[in-house]
Amino acid sequence: MSDLVEVRAGVYHDSVSLMRVSQALAAHAGVEVAVVAMATELNLDLARDLGFAVPAATGGDLLVAIRASGDARLAEASAELDRQLTARAPAGGAGARDAPPRTTRSASRAWDATVALVSVPGEHAFVEAADAVEAGLSVMIFSDNVPVEQEILLKDRARDKGVLVMGPDCGTAVIGGAGLGFANVLRPGRVGVVAASGTGAQQVTSLLDQAGVGVSHLLGVGGRDLSAQVGGRSTTQALLALDEDPATELIVLVSKPPAPEVAVAVQELSLSKPVVRALLGPGQDDLTTAVEKVLGALGVPVPEWPSWPAGRPPVSGGPLRGLYSGGTLCTEAALLAGTGEFTDFGDDEYTRGRAHPMIDPALRLEALAAVETGVILLDVVLGHGSDPDPSASLAPAVEKACERGVAVVVALVGTEGDPQGLRSQAARLNEAGAAVFTSNAAAARHARLLIGAS
Amino acid sequence: MTLSMLLGEPRVISVGAAVLGEALDQQAVPWTPVDWRPPLPGTSDALARVLADPRRERANALAVGRLLSARPQLIGVRRARDVLGLEPGTFFHAGPPITWERASGPMRGALIGAMLFEGLASSPEEAERRLASGAGITLDSCHHHRTVGPMAGVVSPSMWMLEVTDAEHGGTAYCSLNEGLGKVLRYGAYGIEVVERLRWMGEVLGPVLQATLSRTGPLDLRSLIAQALQMGDELHNRNRAATSLLVRELAPAIVDAAPERAAEVLRFVNGNDHFFLNAGMAAAKVSADAARNVPGSSLVVAMARNGTEFGIQVSGLGDRWFTGPAGVPDGLYLGAYGPEDANPDIGDSTITETSGLGGFAMAAAPAIVRFVGGDVADAVAATTSMYEITLAEHPAYQIPGLGFRGTPVGIDVTLVARTGILPVVNTGIAGRVAGTGQVGAGLVSPPVEAFTAALEALVLA
Repeated sequence: MSDLVEVRAGVYHDSVSLMRVSQALAAHAGVEVAVVAMATELNLDLARDLGFAVPAATGGDLLVAIRASGDARLAEASAELDRQLTARAPAGGAGARDAPPRTTRSASRAWDATVALVSVPGEHAFVEAADAVEAGLSVMIFSDNVPVEQEILLKDRARDKGVLVMGPDCGTAVIGGAGLGFANVLRPGRVGVVAASGTGAQQVTSLLDQAGVGVSHLLGVGGRDLSAQVGGRSTTQALLALDEDPATELIVLVSKPPAPEVAVAVQELSLSKPVVRALLGPGQDDLTTAVEKVLGALGVPVPEWPSWPAGRPPVSGGPLRGLYSGGTLCTEAALLAGTGEFTDFGDDEYTRGRAHPMIDPALRLEALAAVETGVILLDVVLGHGSDPDPSASLAPAVEKACERGVAVVVALVGTEGDPQGLRSQAARLNEAGAAVFTSNAAAARHARLLIGAS
Repeated sequence: MTLSMLLGEPRVISVGAAVLGEALDQQAVPWTPVDWRPPLPGTSDALARVLADPRRERANALAVGRLLSARPQLIGVRRARDVLGLEPGTFFHAGPPITWERASGPMRGALIGAMLFEGLASSPEEAERRLASGAGITLDSCHHHRTVGPMAGVVSPSMWMLEVTDAEHGGTAYCSLNEGLGKVLRYGAYGIEVVERLRWMGEVLGPVLQATLSRTGPLDLRSLIAQALQMGDELHNRNRAATSLLVRELAPAIVDAAPERAAEVLRFVNGNDHFFLNAGMAAAKVSADAARNVPGSSLVVAMARNGTEFGIQVSGLGDRWFTGPAGVPDGLYLGAYGPEDANPDIGDSTITETSGLGGFAMAAAPAIVRFVGGDVADAVAATTSMYEITLAEHPAYQIPGLGFRGTPVGIDVTLVARTGILPVVNTGIAGRVAGTGQVGAGLVSPPVEAFTAALEALVLA
């Protein structure tokens, strides 16, 4: 075995592109393992754990660590790496020119946009988002790790300019049918959604879609928006905007329970349209129940939420391990299960210099493989932006877990229109041995049943 | 409230993860990518703070608005001692302030020549001794006195200065008269022919041009520069069109003003393709000065080199200089000279780039792209990249080859730090050894630390 370890100072590529490069290298003949990633602490640790002698580096450097079955293979892999990195031309896009703009400011001058989507590392997100607001554009900040003072400043500037800041840490938005970030393919319709929770909003809108109810717009506001500090700045803007929007008849607000003073302020907005609150927390309805209330308000019958029970007899007892990619889904499941150890792999600490677990399954698969007994509860979130075929890597891992005697319960959030296909993903996971639910609440209750908790 | 984003079909700018753009492609949503890269190392915190400054957006709009709306006019040619209050023994020079000890060869050569020209020394050796002792000698930066000078930029009391006013904002700026190419004072030459030429310029050229301008009245330099750009000048390394236009404007009045001297004056001006450079520099200086001292503005109002350091000044930071070592230009050399003969970058002529000309207008000057190392595509790329670091496009200075797009104007310190793109500077190259003169011309990059230091200062301003 031969190792190649290199730190390339000041070379930047985004984490998703690097994940693809790593995958391409790992598939190369004679390559045992390849880590090509920005040199964050997390990624340096990952390389150290794999036994590489990692030199000092900072998060602005590119880390290359390749192990191959001999020097010749290593040299080939290294050449392949250079090809991959240089071939990585900027993505196409309708407005592409010979030399693409280098800042959001410059892009907004060269091209007539309506919204900016910012997903640079968190410490740089404010600057790009400030460009967008300055140019009179609404902006979705997908990035996390953005300081709250910057969030407040941006939202105040946005209010002055009559635009909306969605985020930071905003995973999903649907604007007139166009999904930004992680977004399910939803039928157009009359429900407008304001969401301080990305995966919570995906659960709500996916279930609405399954009930035949469409969405006009889904406006994310970022997980902190309804905190006392941020004071619902974007929620207020979004509610007022949807109240004006002719396509919207009813508004759903998806959030963790807001800070009390913020709840009052939002309550006191004079809106002409009904607002149904889907608030996640102890003593509140779960998201599925909230969706059922929306359907009631619209006079639409509540369907039976699709599920696919596991073929083999369920085990009873044993610890419950929750392995989630969606933060809100994780919280909801933990609340409903009332017991067990839950991890949200989408949390900031797992995403520094790495792609989100909805794109990069590696960390979660590792955790799944380590569970020896009991019940695993996990979510799979479909839609644009997510892993194009999550069951391809997950189903074999589920099968192995089942062989170890572990029961696997999957909350599958998505719609039939999603590029991955709801039913084909469900079938694949179900065949591997998992019980699959489209309602996260139903999945959590089922898991609770399996471990024998009353 | 109405959110315009909800009204029509979404059109998205995506900056960051490529996969999110691909998801838009799958949905056939029109979008454009930003080729984002991390900012210059160590600047991300300062960038966030400066962009958070509530004054910045309006301050920059005000400052660059003043730079763009300036209307420079050439109103006269007058002696430095009369208009700048220069005393014998006081010399202005290019770039940030410098001492004799730290001055480079061409700067020393030009100071020696100016001592000889002013009659303060009878030999180069004596001049050098007196300059080194410092007794009775005062050196100061041209920029501190509404003045700019090309290359060494040395101004002494008996030199004649172009006087340019800004008809919009009322400022005034000065620049010396251009001596021509080759062995000239501004490139550090101080031989007898250099001093004799300066004497003739003081006795004949200056007074004749002053008499000429008092007949013609103010000459609109904004319009002349706009025309020259459309005739293939970029107004720093190519001034052939602008000089020709200037001669056309002035020739009849020169003949009227001084029939006996007209031929020699016209022969001198016609013999020097760069005669207009100094007028263009004064025009650029008076325009950039209009943008000074706007609190909170991150606009660069001066870039200048003294042969040792490259310095910048920023609108929101008063008269402070932010400097780094001057680089050696990359270019073409005259005769047998080569890079080993080159002095580090020198001169105030970067005021042209500061105001959106020179390297920033390279795409307007295809005739000299080889001279500055490259082909026409390189020239277009140079200009195009400058839009990334500037605040505006000039309403009057346009580039025909780019569909009459205005030149990129108004360097923003924050955009330099964000993109890592440094201003493109066209320049002449002076010989390293005092007394040599010009050895070539080419392109040079400013030192990045001048911009990062200014950014840090903006955090505290």
